Amino acid sequence: MTKSKQKAQNLKGWKDIPQGGLILEAGNAANYKTGGWRSVRPVHDEKKCINCLFCWIYCPDSAIIVKDGKVVGVDYEHCKGCGICARECPVKPEKAIRMVKEGEENK
Amino acid sequence: MIKYRALTGNEAAAYAMRQINPDVVAAYPITPQTSLMQKFADYIADGEVGTEIILVESEHSAMSACVGSSAAGARTMTATSANGLALMWEIVYIAASSRLPIVMPVVNRALSGPINIHCDHSDTMGCRDSGWIQIYSENAQEAYDNMIQAVRIAEDPNVLLPVMVMFDGFIISHGLENVEVYPDKDVKGFVGEYKPKHYLLDIKHPYTFGPIDLTDYYFEHKRQQSQAMSQASGGILNVAQEFNEKFGRLYSLIEAYKVHDAEIAIVAIGSTCGTAKAVVDELRQKNVKAGLLKIRSFRPFPEDDIAVALLKCKAVAVLDRAEGFSATGGPLYREVKAAMFGREKVFVRNYIYGLGGRDIGLDDIRLVYNELQEIVKTQKIKPPIKYLGVRE
Repeated sequence: MTKSKQKAQNLKGWKDIPQGGLILEAGNAANYKTGGWRSVRPVHDEKKCINCLFCWIYCPDSAIIVKDGKVVGVDYEHCKGCGICARECPVKPEKAIRMVKEGEENK
Repeated sequence: MIKYRALTGNEAAAYAMRQINPDVVAAYPITPQTSLMQKFADYIADGEVGTEIILVESEHSAMSACVGSSAAGARTMTATSANGLALMWEIVYIAASSRLPIVMPVVNRALSGPINIHCDHSDTMGCRDSGWIQIYSENAQEAYDNMIQAVRIAEDPNVLLPVMVMFDGFIISHGLENVEVYPDKDVKGFVGEYKPKHYLLDIKHPYTFGPIDLTDYYFEHKRQQSQAMSQASGGILNVAQEFNEKFGRLYSLIEAYKVHDAEIAIVAIGSTCGTAKAVVDELRQKNVKAGLLKIRSFRPFPEDDIAVALLKCKAVAVLDRAEGFSATGGPLYREVKAAMFGREKVFVRNYIYGLGGRDIGLDDIRLVYNELQEIVKTQKIKPPIKYLGVRE
């Protein structure tokens, strides 16, 4: 990681962090942005979606955003692109979630 | 009143553990450590300690259980030797990097193979970079004393690192000695109560233990660890000072035996130092200025103390009871030589000896001092690395 990137992310120095790799704030996983790991992204189609919420249940990163019982989108800051949501989507003949290569989502 | 007990090294370490009364011990038997934990198990069975003992299926599990228990906030110990330590390896590093003040006596034994149960230092020398503090003992008395001090060193908030207390397999672990033991209340008073700043059973302050640590913070955590090891020298000395005052001993990072005016000196670790002291006394009677430098703390490595102590010597022999396979000498030799680099001109020769429990006697030590005198006379050191006691 370059120095400028470290500075941009506001990373702390060794004197300012707890010893032994502890993270003292509870519920801190949300602060760790894992979206950058993704090479393929789930793209949700509202028109096809039957709101069964299978994707929401299966997502290992709680990255499916649900509002009033309906899937409204994906949290791309945390979604790692594992594809479980698309695999579990039961909608036929075309799934309501498809995995698209990063950078090609608008094609 | 001074109280002596006839104890083997293993019994002496177990006796210290009884007095310390750790919250949790997780261990697996391995020769020559077995009789240590066997004795401690007696204390548990007899209700003399309140320790929760976890009997595990391997040393990997023993150290894993120790990590969990120490992280939970319990004063935790285990013990092992040689291949047992090797099987722990992965978790040995995790214990240190998680900054868990576990105390582990390691009864030194040669690593396989070929399989061998006798003493050398290949086991603990192999994990000298694991981040554990490593304190070596010369005899059963020191094993006992070092165990008591180790608890305080490990739990020092400026240190917070696990400590290995080493003593030579069979030579110390099974040899019977007169050991001065201190009253239970004095030892308990000395070690005090363990009060960790963070512990997982503190349910009012939940935190994450052991999370993944990638390119963003791993380096910073290693830097903290190196700082802790740098501070450990001070920690060891502080504890030693208090211990010395209370129990009348003379512990430091090293022991310089008749080195102050020595022209020739041996640097060694463990029980061999006792043999070397006998030869030093013998040579001093003949007006040969011989000395012995004993390494007590190998990690942290007391570089300055060693260099200063050996400054006036003309020739030094470093005795390694481990072959580091560096092709350039044993581990202690390489580090002592590095400590001397750029200082006064001193010849430093390496003797690798005693592997797999090969006995080292007075004659072997006499030979080393003779050869040092020869080096001083001829001003030549060839070869720089020798094997002492191996058949050609």
